[in-house]
Order: sequence, then C-alpha cells, then structure tokens
Amino acid sequence: MSAVEHRFGQYGGQFVPETLMGALAELEQAWERAHEDPTYRAELDSLLRDFGGRPTPLYKAKRLSEKAGRPIYLKREDLNHTGSHKLNNALGQALLARRMGKQRIIAETGAGQHGVATATVSALLGMECVVYMGTEDTRRQKPNVQRMELLGATVKPVDAGAKTLKEATSAAIRDWVTNVESTHYVIGSVVGPAPYPAIVRDLQRVIGDEARMQILEREGRLPGRVIACVGGGSNAIGTFAAFLDDDEVELIGVEAGGEGIDTPMHGAPLTVGGRAGILHGSRSAVMQDEEGQIVQAHSISAGLDYPGAGPQHAYLRDSGRARYEAVTDREALAAFRETARLEGIIPALETAHALAWTLAQSDGELDLVCLSGRGDKDLAEVLGG
Amino acid sequence: MSENGTVLNGLDRIAAAFAQTGKQAALMPYLMGGYPTLADSIEIGEACVQAGADIIELGMPYSDPLADGPVIHAAGTQALQAGANVAGVLEVARALAQSVPVVLMCYANMVFAPGAEAFVERLAKTGASGLIVPDLPLGEGPEVGEACRMHGLALVPLVAPTTTPERLAEIGKSAQGFMYTVSVVGTTGERSELGERFAQVLERAKASTRAPIALGFGISTPEQALQAAQAGADGVIVGTRLVRAAGESADPAGAVGAVVGELAAGLAQAR
Repeated sequence: MSAVEHRFGQYGGQFVPETLMGALAELEQAWERAHEDPTYRAELDSLLRDFGGRPTPLYKAKRLSEKAGRPIYLKREDLNHTGSHKLNNALGQALLARRMGKQRIIAETGAGQHGVATATVSALLGMECVVYMGTEDTRRQKPNVQRMELLGATVKPVDAGAKTLKEATSAAIRDWVTNVESTHYVIGSVVGPAPYPAIVRDLQRVIGDEARMQILEREGRLPGRVIACVGGGSNAIGTFAAFLDDDEVELIGVEAGGEGIDTPMHGAPLTVGGRAGILHGSRSAVMQDEEGQIVQAHSISAGLDYPGAGPQHAYLRDSGRARYEAVTDREALAAFRETARLEGIIPALETAHALAWTLAQSDGELDLVCLSGRGDKDLAEVLGG
Repeated sequence: MSENGTVLNGLDRIAAAFAQTGKQAALMPYLMGGYPTLADSIEIGEACVQAGADIIELGMPYSDPLADGPVIHAAGTQALQAGANVAGVLEVARALAQSVPVVLMCYANMVFAPGAEAFVERLAKTGASGLIVPDLPLGEGPEVGEACRMHGLALVPLVAPTTTPERLAEIGKSAQGFMYTVSVVGTTGERSELGERFAQVLERAKASTRAPIALGFGISTPEQALQAAQAGADGVIVGTRLVRAAGESADPAGAVGAVVGELAAGLAQAR
C-alpha cells in the first residue's frame, strides 16, 4: 500500500496512456524517497526562504475588515517570488526532477503564473523549460509570456479548441507521452493522474501551515472561515490542508461563475455538480455533455478557465468538509478594483473571486482568504476591456 | 453468442481474422468515425475491406484525445463539428461489422458516461468485436473488462516501449483479442522510420502473451508494414496515414482504399 493517495473516495486514479505508467510509478517512488530525505526538505526549505521569500505575511486587511464588519486576514502569496503561490510547487517539483535525473521540464499554464514559476526555477537550476499556453491566454496574459521568454523558457502556443488551459494541459501531456524518458512534467495544479494531486497538495500545504500558525499567534484562535479560489484548486487545497482536522473552520472554495452558473459560460464544475468525469488523467468534477465530451469552460480569469477541478476537492465537497461557490466575472472585477482602492493591493483576477465571495457575506466572525497572486498581469485585460 | 457455432463472439471472430489473413500479417486500418462525415466513414471502411483489410479499428471522436497526434486529433474535432455522435459512430460499426471484425477505439470518459456496462452492451449490439480504451491502463476501471467479458467483446490492451516487465507480464496474461503494441514512445502519427526499439518491443510483447501482437503508432508505408510483419508482428495497424488520405481527397473512400491496397500488396510479398 502506497503512502501517496491514488484516490480520494471515488475520485482520482490514473486514466492515462500506458506509455506514462512507468513514469508515474517512477515519480511516486522518487517523491516518497525525497519526502523522507532530510537533504531534499532542507534544500527546498532554504530555497523557499531565501529565493522565494517565505514565510509570506498574514496581513489584516484593515479597510476591507471595516467594510465587512469583521476581521479579514489575507495570506499574502502575492508576495512570494514570481507573484503567486505557484512557486511553492514549481520549486519542489523541479528539485524532484533533478533527483530523477531529468534535464528537461515542461509545464502548462493558463494565467501564466505557473509558467513563470516553472521558467524561474528552470533558470535557477539550469534546466531546459518548455511551457504550453493557449493562444487566447498568450493574448490576455501577454506580460507573463514576455517574462517566461526572458527567463529562457520556450513558450509553445496551443491553438486547439478554446485555446485556453484545458488545451494547454492536453498539449503538455502529449509532449510528456513523447518525451517521457528525458522530461519531467511539472503539473501546476492538484489535477492530473496520481500521484500528482497528492504531490502538488503536499508542496502547497506550506500556505496553510504558515497561515494556521500566524492566525493563532495574532488572534489566539482559528478563523471561522478559510476562503480560496479554485481553478484546478492548488492554492485552495494547500490552504485547506492545514485546517482539515479543525472541524470548526469552514472551508470555502470559490469557482469561476463566468457569465452565471445558469448559463454554459462558467468554470464551476464543483459548484454545479452533476456526473463525475475523467479529464487529464483523473476522475473528478468535470464539465461535460451527455456523451462524455468535455465542454469548454469560460472565465474572465485565465487561471480559473478550466472545466475540471482537483479530485480531492470533489471528495471534500461530497463529504461536506468543504463548500464550493461561484462568483461571476462581473463580481470578481468589482472586487479586483475594490481591493486595489481599499487596501493598495492589486490581486490576481483569480484571487479576486475569493475576495468577491468574502466581501459579499454579511455574517461571519473571522475570515482568512488566500491572496494567491498579484494582478499586474491582468491590467491590460481589465483596463483595456 | 456462440451457441450454434455459426455466430462467433468478438474474441472468436478476431482470432479467425488473424488466422486467415492470407498475408504476412493482418492488415488493420484505423479510421476516424464520422470523418469527414458518417456516410464517408462507412464507405471508407468498405473500401478498406475491399482492399484487403482484415480487422477495422474505428475511432470514436473525442474532445480531448491524449494519445493522439495532431492529424487524428484534428480529424476527431472535425467529425464532432460535422455532428458525429455515439449513435452515428456505432452505426458505422454496425455497417462494417457485417463484413469484418470491428474494434472500437474510444476514450475512457465516453465509456463511463452512460456507465461501462451500458456502453459495452450498446457496442456489442452493433456486432462489433472489441474495444480499445487508450486511457484505461491495466488496473483502472475493472468494470469495463467485466462488461466486455459478459458481452463477448475483446478488451484490447495497449503496451508501450516504456511498459515495465512486471506490468507487461500482467497485461500479457489478461490480453484478449490481440495485444496492441505501441511501436514508439509517443502519440499516434506518421514517422519516416519505425521506432528504433520496435523489434525489441515486439519480441518482449510476444514473449508475454498468447494473444496475437498488433504493432501500431507510426506505421504508414508498405515497407514499414512488411518490416513489422517480418519482425514478428501478427498484425499491423495503420492510422494517421489513412486519416490524412481521407482528409486530402475529394474521394475519401477511393483515396483510403488505394493506400490500403498498397499496404496489402506489401504484406502479400513473399518473405
């Protein structure tokens, strides 16, 4: 029995071409060994601290708190190097790739934050890096394309389907199928075949571990609610992980409501529910039609514009431990502007979904929101449109 | 199904096809269901049979085909845009199964959408002989194998150059119909030469199972097909080359039939 979860209830698994099965087993073994190896942990911790800037602060957002009538704390992952939580995972996986003797790194990216983080650690470790990105996203997240190229990565535009994160992920998996012996695929979220959802969660749980300690220091209590946005769901699961056993803490994942969850134009498979499906190697909540064709998601936020979600989220939803809600494009944009004006923090559009949900609540005693990333990359999209 | 000896179940029918090719190996063309249209698919399949196909592999178009290269991916996308759906592609299977064993290649999410049992039952009713699920490796979704056993269909496994010896042994033990042996590390698509490891891959596969070995991914010319047969493949699968031919011609059935004819002639050559 492996220590790394392959399944979360009925969700998860390894629905991939046979060609990848050997590599998944190799990855799992390497992860188990790295996990037990103090030198791996020590190197990762020192890079997270000295290169990444961890621990990130937990900031009491004064004016948002005043407006809400209760304390709102922001876990400042936007202050992580490269501007989002994505670095936590990219660093851990790149060190793992090096242990496995893989010199080539590939990644998918939606908003570009995971691509930038992966390009950054590839530069740091002197590895070749290729990032797949849908052409709709290379358009709306242009600054991140420029950053990746400056960092020495090759950005491969993907023109299939809706030209967003789903297609970029498929293209990355096809590259991996072709180059699996030389290449490590740094998946950017808690999606994909096992062992990825567990590995990415464990690498992101530093967010929740720090936040839990920080809030106890500051307030002498746990938050009433922990809130995070969910595309694939890595910042959310990383934050939730530390609070799973604290039954009194409510866990809220906020998905992309797009133009409304009563329309087909959204990215909220967990909120909407329906039959589970298989996407990118695991069974989870998926937007699909009657016959099992995956349908296109829609969100103003490239990082949430994805028709699936991590299998552990589907499990947490079914078990009732976490709750999932959707916020529309319009509501997210309003929170984006409001947070900028009230706090002097420009959040990523993804993060703005979590903020919008939080600000819309009239109840509650103490909220902790994962401020997963900064919004500089979104300025052209928001101000231009 | 085989109660009176004249109605063969899928496994028997596939075995008979491998036994009676009259060639150095069974010729197994792949066609994308509904590409360019459903009517074309039936004509293309019939042309393949006329030209010497022994078994037809029929692709179900899917939104996210992770094991396929750009040509088959694009053909699937176009088929879906042209209105192909499960019912339509199963009608193609039904039409072709009258003259040749048909094996459906379908991604896992579509098999599970109505439930594995319901999907397999529906497939069996068309007269198809088998099912290949390229993203259902050994160990996942045992209910698909159960349903296939119940309905007399072969659930054809894939093995790759990267398959570990332990997995290969397990897959070999349970293989039904034939073992789909992937010749390269990669997705479907034409390649100028067979993968450098193809002979070794074939040898490994043959040693692992009593099922016939069909080699696929990257085979596009009569020379490559013959090379595969001479290295011991019991069948050769040609996909992308034929899908490309169907897309490039105003007469898709004629174009595909011509290529299949050349492949059949190549395989008919004496050793």
